Amino acid sequence: MNAMSVVRLGLARGGIELRHGFTYLPDLLTTLFFPLIQILVLFLMRGHHVPGTTFSLGSLTLPSIIGMSFAFGGLIGVTALLMTDREDGTLLRAKATPSGMSAYVLGKITFSSATSLMGLVLTLVLGLVAFPGVSLTAGGFATLVWVALLGLLATIPLGITLGSLIPNPRMFPLIMLPFGGLVALSGIFYPITHLAGWLQAIGQLFPMYWLGLGMRAALLPSHLASVEIDGSWRLPQVFLALGLWSVLGLAAAPPVLRRMARRESGSRVAERRERAMLRAT
Amino acid sequence: MSDVAAEVCDLRMRYGTTDVLHGIDFEIRTGEVVALLGPNGAGKTTTIEILEGFRARSAGHVSVLGADPEHGGEQWRARLGVVLQSWRDHAKWRVRELLQHLGAYYARYGTAEISRPWDTAELIDLVGLTAQADRRIGNLSGGQRRRLDVAIGIVGRPELLFLDEPTSGFDPMARREFHELVHRLTDREQATVLLTTHDLAEAEKLADRVLILAGGRIIADGSPDELALRMSARAEVRWTVDGQRYVHPTDEATAFTRKLFAQYGEAVEDLEVRRANLEDTYMALVEEYEK
Repeated sequence: MNAMSVVRLGLARGGIELRHGFTYLPDLLTTLFFPLIQILVLFLMRGHHVPGTTFSLGSLTLPSIIGMSFAFGGLIGVTALLMTDREDGTLLRAKATPSGMSAYVLGKITFSSATSLMGLVLTLVLGLVAFPGVSLTAGGFATLVWVALLGLLATIPLGITLGSLIPNPRMFPLIMLPFGGLVALSGIFYPITHLAGWLQAIGQLFPMYWLGLGMRAALLPSHLASVEIDGSWRLPQVFLALGLWSVLGLAAAPPVLRRMARRESGSRVAERRERAMLRAT
Repeated sequence: MSDVAAEVCDLRMRYGTTDVLHGIDFEIRTGEVVALLGPNGAGKTTTIEILEGFRARSAGHVSVLGADPEHGGEQWRARLGVVLQSWRDHAKWRVRELLQHLGAYYARYGTAEISRPWDTAELIDLVGLTAQADRRIGNLSGGQRRRLDVAIGIVGRPELLFLDEPTSGFDPMARREFHELVHRLTDREQATVLLTTHDLAEAEKLADRVLILAGGRIIADGSPDELALRMSARAEVRWTVDGQRYVHPTDEATAFTRKLFAQYGEAVEDLEVRRANLEDTYMALVEEYEK
């Protein structure tokens, strides 16, 4: 099959899944749950100020939350999608269909990118309307675009890798818990400079910190860089760190995914189903 | 199209230190419906998964539609249909939506003889899901779900269709409807079918040929009638005399009935001579093997 028609099928697949995301009530609720909590948190933080300034802590946090949502959608979201699709046989179905796996992966990338970008637009509009200090200049817009695109590239392949490596959904908390810890280390809800040096070092190893930093650089006035490490938005480092994670993810995802898919078969799906039923009873 | 749809020579499978298949040989001719029978753990699923290209074999030669399943490629994949025991995938999708979408993957593989994919509305009608076409798949009943799985399995008009225990958990009505569907498929489409089942009446009804797998070996290969004949000439004679019912198993049914008439004449009523059916044959073969 030629590459174009696989791309078309993948996009169609992502589009249909996106539509389900909005029309299937349980999915819609899970999609809306986190953004609503985030917005609530942001509003509660509006009255507080960034230490040493008169700038609203809510306005500082809003771009960081956009960054965190990208990391969440690309890593946790994609991992969870892959895991459930393996559990219920969707992946095996893709394997039984000609070019099914390629279209499946493209569909997931489409779905995940689209939901992250929609979340970005919604939070951004909310920020511009209700959070003083959040603004979008021409330069900021350019930064926003490249940070967002590189952010997708840095997280989705990584999510595909993790989703392929985790043998069963019971181990999902093993991903979820470190992610929670990472939020605390990534300067999302409070400037990272208020953490101990070694914690700052750990936070800077992962893409979430850089996503938050890049988004703050795009959406906040430049004087706020003073609360960051080195008192700077460090955009070259943002590019480098996210680029490195992209390369890593893009290199790891195809072989890991292929290995996982190769091992899928009807009896494996049935086996997992039986184990799941045992757990349920 | 070649006369042989699948060919298996000295197929061996070993998991760790356990041998599951000890060198099995068989052939499936184009247009044939073959039932693979055998007790649990006999290696049926392993065999079918190797043929589907979902599992790598340990040794032996396997050719399915002219290719080694381990290196089949997408073109080869497009000529196969797979229906597994328990699909639960795509629960949020609607019946028509999924068939339309999955059908599109086969569009490029149509040939002069076989146009691909199947028209969605026609296919939905064929499996009797027209009333459910716009339902979410997660809301279908068990029987409806299975008919959808068959529809997905054949959406690309496969030349070879694998059915793995297709009617387990069906009520008698759903089972009969399913059998009619398979008949329609094999009559109209001349599809080759390999099915596994535990229902021996089903195998007898659907299959042209039966393979019995036990302990990782093929212990019988032939049409249901051939197997019954080869196994024994034993038959069961039932009759009534003076309102009293009798049953007598015998190897010489003709001689026995002759004697019966000689003895009772017209008093013999409700006479039945029943040959061993596939179930009797299967039991005898598997028991003999296990000894």
